[in-house]
Amino acid sequence: MLYAFLCCHDEAVVNSWTKEQDDAVLAKRHKVTEKLAAAGRLGPALRLMPTTAATTVRMQGKTGRDPVVLDGPFAETKEALLGFYLVDCASLEEAIEVAKEIGRDEKVVFEIRPVKLYVPKGAA
Amino acid sequence: MTEIAWIDPLLRSARPQALGALMRYFRDLDRAEEAFQEACLRALRNWPLNGPPRDPVAWLVLVGRNVGLDEARRGKKTAPLPEDDAISDLEDAEDDVAERLDNSHYRDDVLRLLFICCHPDLPAVQQIALALRIVSGLTVKEIARAFLVSESAMEQRITRAKSRVANADVPFETPGAVERAERLGAVAAMVYLVFNEGYSASGGEAHMRVPLCEESIRLARLLLTLFPGEPEIMGLLALLLLQHARAAARLDADGAIVLLDDQDRGLWDRDLMAEGHALIEKAVRHRRPGRYQIQAAIAGVHAHAQTPQDTGWTEIDQLYAALERIEPSPVITLNRAVAVSKVQGPAAALAMIEPLGGPLVSYFHFFGVQGALLAQLGRLDEARIAFDRAIALAHTPAEAAHIRMHLDRLMKDGELWKNNPKKAAGDVGTPRPRTSSV
Repeated sequence: MLYAFLCCHDEAVVNSWTKEQDDAVLAKRHKVTEKLAAAGRLGPALRLMPTTAATTVRMQGKTGRDPVVLDGPFAETKEALLGFYLVDCASLEEAIEVAKEIGRDEKVVFEIRPVKLYVPKGAA
Repeated sequence: MTEIAWIDPLLRSARPQALGALMRYFRDLDRAEEAFQEACLRALRNWPLNGPPRDPVAWLVLVGRNVGLDEARRGKKTAPLPEDDAISDLEDAEDDVAERLDNSHYRDDVLRLLFICCHPDLPAVQQIALALRIVSGLTVKEIARAFLVSESAMEQRITRAKSRVANADVPFETPGAVERAERLGAVAAMVYLVFNEGYSASGGEAHMRVPLCEESIRLARLLLTLFPGEPEIMGLLALLLLQHARAAARLDADGAIVLLDDQDRGLWDRDLMAEGHALIEKAVRHRRPGRYQIQAAIAGVHAHAQTPQDTGWTEIDQLYAALERIEPSPVITLNRAVAVSKVQGPAAALAMIEPLGGPLVSYFHFFGVQGALLAQLGRLDEARIAFDRAIALAHTPAEAAHIRMHLDRLMKDGELWKNNPKKAAGDVGTPRPRTSSV
């Protein structure tokens, strides 16, 4: 079974880390992930840009209304994170179009977040 | 990380919201600061034992408020404080406070805290010092070091600034939409000042003060978190990120200025640039251009160029033209002239800056640009005069040294200037983005 690990943290605190503190956390984690990678168990991993770079697309189901595009991260209410796609897009506009296409006729919400660091499958 | 080391970022990141909320509560900056300070001391005692609270801001506000009330009740600061047991039912109360202090409240609290630092009576340097002390929570010693003045001088400066704003009577009621927008504009300008002070120091030995740049980025990020739909705040953060991304390449090992054209682009921080681009894309969707968005777009064009030759100078020229329309300023025209010199040649640029001699008579970059343009045209004697005036107006040794390098080249190989003016003159340099100094 593949498991996804969603890293949640107080963003303001992470933004207050010094470069050294940030590096120390990554180095500590790396000790674990390199073992997983060596065993062929590590899939792709990524670090997202801060939520200030996020755009949220709220689809309107089959109402025929246009999807609502909002600045900022998805502020969860009763929706839960159920999955994600990783898509290479030339621009934010294109990413928004992809979201609208994938979620056509649904009531799904997409939070679009640029990826800061992408580690492909197998690399630590 | 040691325990204290992980608590420090928690307290640092909680400070603007917690202090802002305490100030709304006490309506007095000194009392709010004392209460916050005491709450932090308790956090340092309490959190290593019990683990950090779920909502550190709410914890600090609640503890700070209780402490402040106790002090007020006792009427003197020497009175013993209640044992920590007295606030042991914090978890329940915390939920309560967290609900009442929702994000929209914090938003106005933080904005107010920043806004009182932008008092129009305060000179820019004092606004910056005050914001770093109050909002960022840097110690007087750290700020003094950043400004290269003695600790006691900085202490005095901050005390004076504080007493000035204490009498300013910024209302504590929730601001209306217009007032909120005005405050946000003033605060954004102040955050930009903090950045500029770090990016291009106004005096002293160091030409760059990286901690000030980083702090201003943190403040801009905080503002955007609180006002996620404001394109100008997106532009501000993008601008700071894109400028700061070049920090490692802007000075050489000896601390001498390296112009954009000569910078090692491998030293540019691509992560910061990518984030800047992402923010510009978000901002553009609003179709409400403003000064920060346009300046960010200009920085973005530079960031996009793999080599100096790839720079989209025509686009930069157009962006400066747009900036001139929004905010006519001789400094912006001067910046535009640099782009014009790339697109149309030095003669056109020189004609463009001709009328700026009056308003920019004491502006270092005016004479730097003028000298370089004259040199490109082979008018060496006039170039030398312009460079001499630039040196006299330099703010930092690095600025002066940079112009001296131009002069040395003029002296040494005057011939080269005539034969290959473009190569010899190099980039005329992009004046610092400080538009408010004119």
